Amino acid sequence: MADRKIRQVKLSLTGNEAGAFALKQANPDVAAVFPITPQTELMHAFSAYVADGAVNTEMVYVESEHSAMSATVGAAAAGARAFTATSANGLALMWEIVYIAASLRLPIVMPVINRALSGPINIHCDHSDTMGARDAGWIQIFCENSQEVYDSLLCAFRIGENKKVLLPVMVTLDGFIISHTTEVVETIERDEDARAFIGPYEPWISLLDVDNPVTMGPLDLQDYYFEHKRQQVEAMTNAPAVIDEVFAAYGELTGRRYERVEKYRTDDAEVVLMSLGSTAGTAKEAVDVLRDEGLAVGHLKVRTFRPFPFDLVREALSGAKVVGVLDRSISFGAQYGPLCTEVMAAVHGKDVEIRNFIYGLGGRDIFVEQIAETGRSLYDLMRGKKDLPPQSYIGLRE
Amino acid sequence: MAVNVRKLAEKPELLAGGHRACAGCGASVALRQIMRAVEGHVVVSFATGCMEVVTTIYPYTAWRVPYIHNAFENSAATISGVEAAYRSLKRQGKIDRDINFIAFGGDGGTYDIGLQSLSGALERGHNFLYVCYDNEAYMNTGIQRSGSTPFGAATSTTPVGSKIKGKQQWKKPLIDICLSHGIPYAATASPHNYVDLMNKVQKALSIEGPKFMNVMTSCNRGWHFKADDSIEMNRLAVETCIWPLFEVEYGVFKVTYKPRNKLPVEEYLKHQGRFKHFFKPGNEHLLETYQKNVDARWEWLLAMEEFSKEHPYGGLFKPAE
Repeated sequence: MADRKIRQVKLSLTGNEAGAFALKQANPDVAAVFPITPQTELMHAFSAYVADGAVNTEMVYVESEHSAMSATVGAAAAGARAFTATSANGLALMWEIVYIAASLRLPIVMPVINRALSGPINIHCDHSDTMGARDAGWIQIFCENSQEVYDSLLCAFRIGENKKVLLPVMVTLDGFIISHTTEVVETIERDEDARAFIGPYEPWISLLDVDNPVTMGPLDLQDYYFEHKRQQVEAMTNAPAVIDEVFAAYGELTGRRYERVEKYRTDDAEVVLMSLGSTAGTAKEAVDVLRDEGLAVGHLKVRTFRPFPFDLVREALSGAKVVGVLDRSISFGAQYGPLCTEVMAAVHGKDVEIRNFIYGLGGRDIFVEQIAETGRSLYDLMRGKKDLPPQSYIGLRE
Repeated sequence: MAVNVRKLAEKPELLAGGHRACAGCGASVALRQIMRAVEGHVVVSFATGCMEVVTTIYPYTAWRVPYIHNAFENSAATISGVEAAYRSLKRQGKIDRDINFIAFGGDGGTYDIGLQSLSGALERGHNFLYVCYDNEAYMNTGIQRSGSTPFGAATSTTPVGSKIKGKQQWKKPLIDICLSHGIPYAATASPHNYVDLMNKVQKALSIEGPKFMNVMTSCNRGWHFKADDSIEMNRLAVETCIWPLFEVEYGVFKVTYKPRNKLPVEEYLKHQGRFKHFFKPGNEHLLETYQKNVDARWEWLLAMEEFSKEHPYGGLFKPAE
């Protein structure tokens, strides 16, 4: 505790509860929400804080996710710190407004509890929902566990609201696997300390500033639209330095230090596995199994999928001969899954073999042994003992 | 309570001139009247549509008040968020102004794609006024039929062919749907009777809770009549009782204008290209059907006025007495 400035307390929380707890500490002005499994418990927990008067949040219980994002945009445009939360089809329904939130430069925060997109309808985890929003102009932080959910949400406000960024932030957690699993989460004991870390909200624009009327969302044609898109690129380009700064400040405060990627035994690794979200925990177990077998295998977790940490991934993979990228979603018709496509771009021109593995769609479990076996086959590939297609599946009945 | 038009005329325009509406646009006239009637501060949200496009082509804006356009179907949801922010920040002592909230949408953005969002906002009871400027088709995208397009009217998607003559369905009774939410105030209006329109805007804004107004706004481009006849078209719609002017306050109906000599519907329809086929030999039944429907609605409305005097349904937002 010596290096920590504030008191912390350990709580047993599910991912959804950890998210709601962080949001309670953040104390946003407005939330507009609509129920969808597995996001519902986050909403329940937050509504209980509202009912107890623990937050100043004005709740808008809307009639759809489309209206959830629309009302959140309205609230943020009116100078409120605002959030919503959703999953899968809910995110798909709000898709149109997800883009508008980013282009209006409103630093909304949205936990997305990852769930497979319909159809067929399914309520369990994969990343098809948030991957569908990867080009929407939001910052995306993937969480491995409840602790990361709590920490990332507190950081999310400060990142998005930074004047060099002004972008909405999506914090994703794997449906059921994280959202409904109780874990020990270390939290900032006093809400004031958490609120002080986030800081008071100073909106860059507000519809309620009636003395300085603004027109938001005008028709933007051939003469300006392109430049405005370029400004969004600029914001995304500014984001990594701000994220690093916020993570560093959070590390100082809590002792929990994050980076945009997390390296696990990669330094001397010849084979590196990569994944997002809760699977990273399973993959790290598999790495330990393989290390015990004498194989130089590591794992690289990507925390910020947007902006994608190209430089950090390239650096982390500099010693690797073979990389196996695990994707929990499919980009139909593309050669690789979304994560693998980004990794290919990051290591472009490097002498490294890359293989993509699709796994876990619709919430299918992934086990340590399956990832360990994947690691072994990648090792065999490196030694020239085995060939592997560019993309294959883990845990699929063919 | 009645507006003093001369006094209102001295106020600065909240919707500046120089916007890019078509010559003869009824909606821009109504919009200007509505904004003129507003007293105090106001924040406006707009659905995608004609008036959104013509007033805010970046880097220009005709709006002298805070304005947000989000998308097509969510003007009511967007103002819900703005109003929720207002309530939250006011409760926290971060703002002290009193602000009115008006959400606008065309008929496409209100009768059709935005109906769910409007219904949700009415049910939640946000303190705002929703104004539909009803020009009876998707004019902004090229005159396609909407749920508001009247029976028999020709549009780009309901043309008059050799077999099918214009739109086969009736205009959706939108104000009835809104009233079914138990809202404290709803009204129809027309820009030709601007005193009535502005009175209604002021009354609506004086009442706490969700309010709805449906304003008929002629569109010479879509209805096919001469640009300088716009206001006349709106007048004829009212004189024929095709567009009755009425208001419902806490469940009590009041017809705010009763024509001395109710004109037959053809006096309105005959000026408009979209109804031209009504007057071709063999199509007499269209006119008859139309007249019958208008008469029935008008009689129902007069009956409701009487009935609701004796049986006022206060709705769901009436303050306790």
